[in-house]
Amino acid sequence: MSAEPDIARPLMPKTLFDKVWDRHVVAANQDGYQLLYIDRHLLHDGSFEAFNELRRRNLPVRRPDRCFGTPDHFTPSSNVRLEDIQNSHQRDHVIQLHRNAKDIGFACFDLSDPRQGIAHVVGPEQGISLPGATVVCGDSHTSTHGALGALAFGIGTSEVTQVLATQCLWQKKPKAMRISMEGRLPYGVTAKDLVLALIGRIGTAGAVGHVIEFAGSAVRALSIEGRLTMCNMSIEAGARAGMVAPDVRTFEYLRGRSYAPAAAEWDRSVAAWNLLATEPEAAFDREVSFDVEGLLPMVTWGTSPEQVQAIDGCVPDPADTRDPLRRRSMEQALDYMALTPGIPLEQIPVDRVFIGSCTNSRIEDLRAAAAVVRGRMAKVPTWVVPGSRPVQAQAEAEGLDRVFTDAGIEWRRPGCSMCVGINGDTGRPGERIASTSNRNFVGRQGPGVRTHLMSPSMAAAASVAGRLTDVRRLLGAGR
Amino acid sequence: MQAITLLTGIAVPLDLVNVDTDQIIPGRFLALPRSEQVSGMFRDLRQDESGAPRPDLPLNRREYHGASILVANENFGCGSSRETAVTVMVDNGIRAVIAPSFGDIFYNNCFQNGVLPIRLPRELVTALRSRLVEQPGSKVSIDLFKQVVTTLDGAAIPFEIDGFRKECLIHGTDTLGMALALESKIAAYESRNTES
Repeated sequence: MSAEPDIARPLMPKTLFDKVWDRHVVAANQDGYQLLYIDRHLLHDGSFEAFNELRRRNLPVRRPDRCFGTPDHFTPSSNVRLEDIQNSHQRDHVIQLHRNAKDIGFACFDLSDPRQGIAHVVGPEQGISLPGATVVCGDSHTSTHGALGALAFGIGTSEVTQVLATQCLWQKKPKAMRISMEGRLPYGVTAKDLVLALIGRIGTAGAVGHVIEFAGSAVRALSIEGRLTMCNMSIEAGARAGMVAPDVRTFEYLRGRSYAPAAAEWDRSVAAWNLLATEPEAAFDREVSFDVEGLLPMVTWGTSPEQVQAIDGCVPDPADTRDPLRRRSMEQALDYMALTPGIPLEQIPVDRVFIGSCTNSRIEDLRAAAAVVRGRMAKVPTWVVPGSRPVQAQAEAEGLDRVFTDAGIEWRRPGCSMCVGINGDTGRPGERIASTSNRNFVGRQGPGVRTHLMSPSMAAAASVAGRLTDVRRLLGAGR
Repeated sequence: MQAITLLTGIAVPLDLVNVDTDQIIPGRFLALPRSEQVSGMFRDLRQDESGAPRPDLPLNRREYHGASILVANENFGCGSSRETAVTVMVDNGIRAVIAPSFGDIFYNNCFQNGVLPIRLPRELVTALRSRLVEQPGSKVSIDLFKQVVTTLDGAAIPFEIDGFRKECLIHGTDTLGMALALESKIAAYESRNTES
C-alpha cells in the first residue's frame, strides 16, 4: 500500500464535528489530549460543589460572561418561590446558585426571573447555545444543544470546576459516527419515537466514545424542537454528543433571541454557520443508516431505554433471546417492571402520567399533548411541567393550560420535576408512570417506580385511556 | 486526591449490564452533604423495598467486606453525569473498577477522583467475575506502572490506559493544574477569537 502524500492532509474533507472541534483547540499534549476552549457554560443548582472547590483552591472564575445559570434540578414544580422548597438541602443549593451568580457576576435566571427553566430548554431558547459553539454543563443531557450545530456535552463536577477556572477542558477527541435517517416520518410518529427506535437498534452503549451527527432527509424535516429531543437522547445511546448541521430552520429559530448575534453580526454569523456542514467526502469512523418510513409510536417496556418496542407489539419473552447476558437483563427488567412476556403493550395500565423534562417540555411537545387531551378527561393523575417560564407563558397565551386543567390535568411550574426524582417530585413505590422523560432506570422516578418512556402525544393518550395506547387511534389513524 | 500506583485488595463482582449512575447512587442522596451520601452506594441494589439487605448480592456478603476493586459488566456507569457516583465509591473504599466498557462521563469522572477504571475484554472480565464468585474474598492486584492486573490464579492481564490519565493517577493530581499552567495559550486563543 502506498503512503498518502503529506500534502493531502490539509485538504482532508471535514465533518461538522471536526470543524467545531478543530477551531476550539487551544493546546495539545503528547498523549493525544487537547485543551478545548468552551464558549458557553451552563450552570444549575446541582453544580454547587464546583463553586466550593473553586473557593477551596482560591481560584477566580475566568470568564463570568460565558457562564449562564438557571436553577432546575432541585426546584419544586408545585411553585417557583424559594420558600416553597421544603427540603433545606435542596433550598440551600438553589440559594447558593443565586448567590454565586451575584458574587461572581454571571447571568442567572433565578426563580423570580421570567426566563428561568431547565438548562437545556433555556440555552437554546435564549440563544445562548449557537451553531459552531462549544457548550458544556454539569449534566449528561447537555447533548441537547447539539441540535443547533453546537458541540455540546455533559461533564462531571470536577470538570465544571476546571471550566470555571480556565474556560477550557482537556479532552481526547471522540470518534465520529453518522446516523443517516431517510424517509418521511409516518403519521403520529415523532422525534421521540425516532430516537427511541434508534436506541432500540444500536443499544445504550451503541455510540460510546462517539459524537453522533444526525443527518438525512428525516432529520432535515424535523423542527428544531424535534432535533433537540433527538440530540437530548443521544446520551442514552452512549454518545458523547449528538449534532445536527445548522440550516435555514436553525437560523429562523435563533433569529432575534436575546443572546444570539444581532444586526450586522447576525449576517456575519449566518455566513459562518453556513460553512459548518459536513463536506461530502468527509469520513466517519462509523456509519449507520436508518429508514424511518415503517416506524410506529414507541414505548419502553424495561429498565433501559434500549428495551423499547412499537406500541402494537407485546412484552417480549426473554426465552426468545439467545445471548444469556441479554436474556438475564431482560428477566431482571421484567421482574422490576412487573410485566409478563406476551402481554400486548396496549393492555398495560398506568397509574400516573408525567409530561415534561429536557427531552419533551417545549411548546411543540405541549401542543402535541394538548391536541390529544382536548375534549377528553384524564383517567389517572397527570402532570404537565413546562420546560421554562417562556414555554409556560406561550402555552398559557395559547390556552393550552386550560386544555390540560379542563381535562383534570395538573399544570405545574418549570423544572426537571419527575424526570430526575431529586426535588420531591417522585412517584410512589410500585407505581407505573407513562413519562416523556429520558430514563426508565430502576428507581429513577422514585424507589420502586416503573417508568415507560414515550412521546408527549403517547403520554397524553395514556392519560386519557388509563393505559398504554396507540395515540394514532385517538387522533384517527391515516387522517 | 489519593494517588494510585499499586493496588492489591479484595475484588467484588457485580454481574449486571448497563449499571447506570442512578443505581450507583440514587437521586435522593444527591442533595445531601458528602458525609451522608456514603450509605447510598448501590443502595437500591443492596436493599429491597423494606430496607432488608439482599443476601445473594456479593456486595452484601461478609467475605467481600472491605473490597477495593469492583469487577463489573458492560457499559458500567452509563447515564447521569453525577460525579457522586465516583466519590461515593471512593468513600466506600473502592479505588478501581474493572469492566468490559464504561459510560464516557463516568470514565472521565473516575480520573478526577483517584479511581482507576480498567477496560478488559468481555471474556476475561466474565471469567474473573466467575472466579470471584467461586472464591469469595479473593484478592486481585493492579500495577498501574506496568499496566497489569494480576488475578487470583496468578494470570497477568495487561491493560491499556492513556499516558496522560496514568500520570494524573500516579501523582494524585487532576487536570486542572495542567490547564492553569497554559494560561498564556488560553489568553492567546481568547484574543484571536473575540466573537463567539
